[in-house]
Amino acid sequence: MDHSARPLTGSRGPLPAGSRGPLPGWLLGLVPAVFLGLFFLWPLGTILSRGLGGSGLELLSRPEMWRVVRFTFGQALLSTALTLTLALPGAFVLNRYAFRGRRLILALVTVPFVLPTVVVGLAFRALLPESWIGTLGAIVLAHAFFNYAVVVRVVGGLWAHLDPGYEQAARTLGASPWQAFRTVTWPLLRPAVAAATSLVFLFTFTSFGVVLVLGGPGTTTLEVEIYRRTAQLLDLSGAAVLAVLQLVCLGLVLLVSARLQARAAVAQSLRPDATETLVRPQRTGQRVLLGSTLAVLGVLLATPLGALVVASVRVRDGFGLAWWRALGSIDAGTTRSSAPLDSLRVSLQYAAATALISVVIGGLAACAVAYSVRGGRLLDAAVTLPLGTSAVTVGFGMLLTFGRPPLDLRGSWIIVPIAHSLVATPLVLRSVLPVLRSIDPRLRQVAATLGAPPLRAWSTVDLPHLARALGVGAGFACAVSLGEFGATAFLARSDTPTLPVQIVRLLSRPGETPYGAAMALATLLMAVTAVVVLAVSRFDQGRLR
Amino acid sequence: MTAGASTESGLTVDGVSLSYDRRLLLDRVQLSVQPAEVLCLLGPSGSGKSSLLQVIAGLLPPDSGAVRWDGADLAGVPPHRRGIGLVFQDALLFPHLDVASNVGYGLRFTDLTPTRQRARVADLLELVDLAGYEQRRVATLSGGEAQRVALARALAPRPRLLLLDEPFGALDRELRDRLAVDVRALLHRLGTPAIHVTHDLAEAELVGDRITRLADVMGDPAQSV
Repeated sequence: MDHSARPLTGSRGPLPAGSRGPLPGWLLGLVPAVFLGLFFLWPLGTILSRGLGGSGLELLSRPEMWRVVRFTFGQALLSTALTLTLALPGAFVLNRYAFRGRRLILALVTVPFVLPTVVVGLAFRALLPESWIGTLGAIVLAHAFFNYAVVVRVVGGLWAHLDPGYEQAARTLGASPWQAFRTVTWPLLRPAVAAATSLVFLFTFTSFGVVLVLGGPGTTTLEVEIYRRTAQLLDLSGAAVLAVLQLVCLGLVLLVSARLQARAAVAQSLRPDATETLVRPQRTGQRVLLGSTLAVLGVLLATPLGALVVASVRVRDGFGLAWWRALGSIDAGTTRSSAPLDSLRVSLQYAAATALISVVIGGLAACAVAYSVRGGRLLDAAVTLPLGTSAVTVGFGMLLTFGRPPLDLRGSWIIVPIAHSLVATPLVLRSVLPVLRSIDPRLRQVAATLGAPPLRAWSTVDLPHLARALGVGAGFACAVSLGEFGATAFLARSDTPTLPVQIVRLLSRPGETPYGAAMALATLLMAVTAVVVLAVSRFDQGRLR
Repeated sequence: MTAGASTESGLTVDGVSLSYDRRLLLDRVQLSVQPAEVLCLLGPSGSGKSSLLQVIAGLLPPDSGAVRWDGADLAGVPPHRRGIGLVFQDALLFPHLDVASNVGYGLRFTDLTPTRQRARVADLLELVDLAGYEQRRVATLSGGEAQRVALARALAPRPRLLLLDEPFGALDRELRDRLAVDVRALLHRLGTPAIHVTHDLAEAELVGDRITRLADVMGDPAQSV
């Protein structure tokens, strides 16, 4: 992701003592390490001891459990295959063909990926006929919609910079266009394809919101089953066994994907300017490819979101705002004392708290990673760990751990933003670290020779550069918090649901008013998320100028 | 000037024009290469030399004009059927293949047996002074070695014409001179006609049988070469 994140210090020879950072890395890393240990590793340990020691182990002898495991793998494989099939032409067309509106479409393509999973689920509920709900097809389609951008970004990112000379060299050596693609372009793209495949598989394997909203009795994944056992059957031991099983499966998936990516790795020189590789589609075949890809894009990406908005204003006799008005009424709510719209305030409060926590923890972690001689990589990996674990596991572990002494947080709202911060902190780290590493350490030495003490030198030289990156990280944290559902489903108090939790609750109630209100609330959540992400990307682009 | 079309032999570039981004890069280019002749084309960087080679190789369609071989128009003949080799400025060796597979790449599309292909790869590596380099990874080669592998790769499918696009541009002076002498000897031994593009007059004098400035073959159609 961060090609530019190479430390600049290496080429300048040894640095004088203390010039790496104003404070030693281990000291800065202390707070993030304690945070992770307390809120991630401890709950993970609780799950392990509960799952391996408890009475729930007999669950593994039941055939229906293995059906769930098989379905989890199967739907992930199918979703990954469909996503690649649909998105690889998109990755090519959007990054190699010059046409009007290319940049805009490239930006719009990423929209589904930043949407909350619950919104994606509802969009497909609104789009697909009733008979599709609860089927594998609905889940796989929604996953393709959600992950299209991953392939376009990861594979397309490499494709845009791939030197067209390689293919031209192959052509002058006697290779037809297809032979040149198969023997040269494809092998060079393989590292990115492997990375994208791994990511999409991982996302769909641990997908929770989409499967909960679109799945049914026969179409249940491990994540949903963990949640069902906890929330509906109150079988915590059984859920813990499944959570351990889920961790083992995830470990296997990560191992295989690391192997896959190591095998595909190719050292190659890339074109720094992606616009150099653009060609104007002139031949008929090129035009057909462009047209059909844009058509698929339009249908796959635009119709679900359109259907969601339409469903929020479609009432029995035409169109109207009845469902939107219902958002403000206590009768339509799922708690006795609040209206559906009240969860907007809850979500915004949690988002602000998440931004604050993850900027502090992520900022400290980034400094620790950048300034430490050893242990930096370890902390980097540790902070990223919750992102690779499933959110359901994080939420479930915290529920098991902090629902009793010594640290009882059941009654406290802060537990939800803490869970969100575990997912958001790695994003802050990724946003800040490249900037931190690109600051020339000699600037701080200049400040020191001018009489600035170490901390002053840091806060006057480094900190101004970091402000924007921290802002971008805070924006990402807000977006994550607004849409987070896996952990929140376990941790949100019943009287203060977040937007996604409220939406799913409305959906599970009978009647057309809760259904319509769910669609309206999902539309609102989509709009709020879009505003946040747009603001972040504007801010981020300012940084690049 | 089209009167002698039937008696043309070798390559003829007849009035080729090309513009890119509304800038006229090539303006009615007129040139020809005789069998076994090495033509050096001189011009400053950005003067459209590379584009001309891409047009000749079939990688870029010209806006107007024709490229002919022995009098036959090559328009519509795709690059892989033209039998015209191209050596790029930055070698562009396939990074996922070793040296032998790079040199042998073009032989995959011929009807040579694998044994004959291997033998031809070994011959070519010997020809460019890199015998025994078969298993080397291309990332471990020096700039001069990489360029010689690129030359061997382009020669492997026995092209009827070789195009060299500033092949030594990225190398230092001493190496450049040595390679220039080697390439000239090699092309003469094989009898392969070539267009060698460079901005360096000294290099052109070492390699070419004939030297032409790109500016001199453009513009006025009456001034044919």
